[in-house]
Amino acid sequence: MIDKRVASMAEAMAGIRDGSVVLLGGFGDVGQPDALIEGLIAQGASNLTVVANNAGRGRTGLARLMELGRVRRIVCSFPRSRGSVVFEELYSAGRIELEIVPQGTLAERIRAAGAGVAAFFTPTAVGTRLAENKEQRSFNGRHYVLEHALPGDVALIEAWRADRFGNLTYRESARNFNPVMAMAARLTIVQAQHLVELGTLDPEAIVTPGIFVSRVLHVPYAQAKE
Amino acid sequence: MPDTRTAPAGLSRSAIACRIAEDIPEGWYVNLGIGIPTLVADYVPPEREVVFHSENGVLGIGPAPSPDSVDPWLINAGKEPVTLRAGGAFVHHADSFAIIRGGHLDLCVLGAFEVAENGDLANWTTGRNDAAAAVGGAMDLAAGAKRLWVAMEHTTKEGAPRLVSRCSFPLTAPACVLRVYTNLAVIDVTPEGFLLLETAPGVSFEAVQERTATRLHRPQTAGSR
Repeated sequence: MIDKRVASMAEAMAGIRDGSVVLLGGFGDVGQPDALIEGLIAQGASNLTVVANNAGRGRTGLARLMELGRVRRIVCSFPRSRGSVVFEELYSAGRIELEIVPQGTLAERIRAAGAGVAAFFTPTAVGTRLAENKEQRSFNGRHYVLEHALPGDVALIEAWRADRFGNLTYRESARNFNPVMAMAARLTIVQAQHLVELGTLDPEAIVTPGIFVSRVLHVPYAQAKE
Repeated sequence: MPDTRTAPAGLSRSAIACRIAEDIPEGWYVNLGIGIPTLVADYVPPEREVVFHSENGVLGIGPAPSPDSVDPWLINAGKEPVTLRAGGAFVHHADSFAIIRGGHLDLCVLGAFEVAENGDLANWTTGRNDAAAAVGGAMDLAAGAKRLWVAMEHTTKEGAPRLVSRCSFPLTAPACVLRVYTNLAVIDVTPEGFLLLETAPGVSFEAVQERTATRLHRPQTAGSR
């Protein structure tokens, strides 16, 4: 029987190693796997590279993971936002590396990793400082910059519904980076608001098929946002 | 004649947004940036069907909800709560940026620090080394939308022109802006440079030129509204 459900956070986090590249779903707080981030804090892996759209807010969640000195490097499009105090402190103290990536290039680099594409050419960032020292080529008279796939060792994903195969649906704009990141990691760990019986998710509506998913932990909403 | 030595106020931020909304026809798919551009949606009448896209994977963004009906899963690029119109759809981030980068958006309206007369856009960082720059989706939007319009104040708070011959801040994308809407004027970017299409009520051509760091061209048909 295929059963990707795990019974505890410890089981969900088992095997995440120091030095891992961790893909973190979410756009701001929406679609962010809060419970799994708490689980990663407790699990203890360090020297991490975190790939996420934003660099955390306040002093909990991702910000807490960074404040504990567990994140060596962050790859994101928009680190600076209301309340990104921990990131700002660490960055100005030179205690965290930052790679800024245009948001669409970030999504596409992750998608490419999931799709077996090593690199691709995009017009985004041509003529800007973010294209400096990158290979460029012209196609049909337009300039493009070469961007490389961005695979993860681990992806932490928030879904709305999941079954034991790891088939997933999402809720509204909480979908964001989650389906893309789920495809791009060796170990994809999901927190789901609802676990449902196999066969009850409409196959036409499944956004992430279970082939991309390693583990599913049931985290009901109230618990997830505590 | 208005006195060109004192700064003419021109349009409010809302009035700039309202002016832009007049130029968006039914059927367009439109992405609105943070700031003045976000306000544009409020001035497109609901019976004119325009589909607003948000980079975080939403097509069909509607107006802000009332405080008691906020849906925590439904936000826009500015991370503010929004609503979804009938016909709306959710996509994941790679598809959302395929919409942007694949040239599917009819229009993107962004704010800016500076726009150059060749259409160069600078809107993501002042280039100071002490602050971590945050690009978000700006470079994707500037490179990918079919049309890029800018909405901004004509000058900085200190009165420095934002319409310039060459940007002093790091570029978001080269030669991408087609039109600029400011509190003082509507200006097209043409192969010859900035072309003044219209001025705000009570604002003269000379007042706009004085607050622009490069030459403004004047078509025979330019009018004041």
